[in-house]
Amino acid sequence: MDWYPLMNSLRVAAVSTVVVFFLGIRAAQWIAKLPPLLKGTLDVALTLPLVLPPTVVGWLLLLLLGPRRPLGSWVQSVFGTRLVMTWWSAVFATVVVAFPLMYRTARGAFESFDKNLADAGRTLGRSEAWVFWRVQMPCCGQGILAGTVLAFARGLGEYGATSMVAGYTPGRTATISTTVYQLWRTNDDAGALRWVLINIAISAVFLLAINLLETRQRAGR
Amino acid sequence: MRDTALSVDIQKNLGKFRLQVQFEARDERLALLGASGCGKSVTLRCVAGILRPDEGKIVLDGVTLFDSAAKIDLPPQRRHVGYLFQQYALFPNMTVRQNISAAVRDRSAREETTNRLIRQFQLEQSAGRRPGQLSGGQQQRTALARILASEPKALLLDEPFSALDSYLKYQLELELMDVLDRFQGTVLWVSHDRGEVFRNCRRVCVVDQGRSCPVQALSQLFHTPSTEAAARLSGCKNFADAVPQGENVFLPEWNLTLSCGRPVPDRVERVGIRAHFVRPAEGPGENTFPCGVIRVIEDAFTTIVLLRPEDAPSGGPLLRMELEKMAWRAIPEQERLYIRIDPRDLLLFEKEWRDD
Repeated sequence: MDWYPLMNSLRVAAVSTVVVFFLGIRAAQWIAKLPPLLKGTLDVALTLPLVLPPTVVGWLLLLLLGPRRPLGSWVQSVFGTRLVMTWWSAVFATVVVAFPLMYRTARGAFESFDKNLADAGRTLGRSEAWVFWRVQMPCCGQGILAGTVLAFARGLGEYGATSMVAGYTPGRTATISTTVYQLWRTNDDAGALRWVLINIAISAVFLLAINLLETRQRAGR
Repeated sequence: MRDTALSVDIQKNLGKFRLQVQFEARDERLALLGASGCGKSVTLRCVAGILRPDEGKIVLDGVTLFDSAAKIDLPPQRRHVGYLFQQYALFPNMTVRQNISAAVRDRSAREETTNRLIRQFQLEQSAGRRPGQLSGGQQQRTALARILASEPKALLLDEPFSALDSYLKYQLELELMDVLDRFQGTVLWVSHDRGEVFRNCRRVCVVDQGRSCPVQALSQLFHTPSTEAAARLSGCKNFADAVPQGENVFLPEWNLTLSCGRPVPDRVERVGIRAHFVRPAEGPGENTFPCGVIRVIEDAFTTIVLLRPEDAPSGGPLLRMELEKMAWRAIPEQERLYIRIDPRDLLLFEKEWRDD
């Protein structure tokens, strides 16, 4: 059996989770400081990918990254590589789709964070970076963790935008979700079932891990 | 002792009013006394560098912390000002030891300083615990140890006991006094509680609707408060409009003329009378007038009696008298009685300068 789709799915989900982790936290932190009107507008814009159909996201991404589009052709001429139809093209799709989950949960966590704790750190002589990484992040840990897990799960399950931006090439861009679709389309029900079971198993293990982590964290308090 | 350790002169627009605070503190405990929402906490935050004033200047120990004209605005990290937050703001993800050591600026002395403070504040037993597992007293001690670890030049206390019940408050106040007695620099104590201020500070700056009054001695605040707001904060309950008449004042709301025993300045327009200084009298006499009893309220140790002077037009404020329970029980006639106000107990307030 060819395990490439499993490896590729995990790889894409992991890379996009790391990207989304930092982007989402940074955005949540930055937007919290903006004036209300700008905050509301940006909030809508950044959350939009959550409610848009993935095919719409895919189409918009192709508009930006496609080989005949400005960015795509520029990268092609400078770096000699396409932005679409490679395994890492899927990362573009999963990042955009998973970003709102990380951003929104991080924002919620930061908003409920007691600002006095940060101010206490500052008056005690500690740097902004120390306050953020040693106080704010640990205090918002639960929310951040939830956002990260949701982003990873969403990245792992991404199909629509991924199939448009990365396509389906066995051994090159295939992920679990695109493989299931391909096997179903070619009437290979047994093959499809195998990947369906694998997908269910991964998701179940994942959710179990979150539950365990949460109960342990609660007990630690 | 230096004449001035901390000088503050700042303005900040707070939306509903403009904060205009100006005071100078020595190496002393200076109280900022004001009703909630008057801007005293904002002032404290401006000194600490957590909030930024619109204009003005803050100088501590000869170092300019903020100066809008010279575009100086030191970050809180470099102000060396210790801030005791209302709920202490201990880092919940760290142990007592970690909370304290996080504040030691000199890395090479971190271990040693932390150990010394843990011993000094008797936190040995709880050093490994998190703030959520501590009693109120331990939390306060941890917060104070943490502040002292950062070697502050001034301490800012933001209503330290506002959220506590009175017994715990009493104990924590005693502990805090011990710490403050040993502290060399300036202490700014923000409070709305006159008792707390009276027990802990010698001088006070009253803040009313964002405006600071000149710093005064506490005895002055209680005996001769300069403004109605100051009198209110010092616990005075009765106020009425006044018209100066030589050595007397006429109080139209009660239709009374009372002697003040001294010339009354023309600018006087209000009087204040403390409820404890409203005293029952045997019969008619100087500054004595008959009142009807409107209501009697039993407090824990005193009786509060609401009175209406007999000649008062309807709709005026009631006169509040507070006296010992025994003294009230000793009065035979409890529906109508004569009240005497000693001329010395009449607080006179002049028209206030408001340049807005």
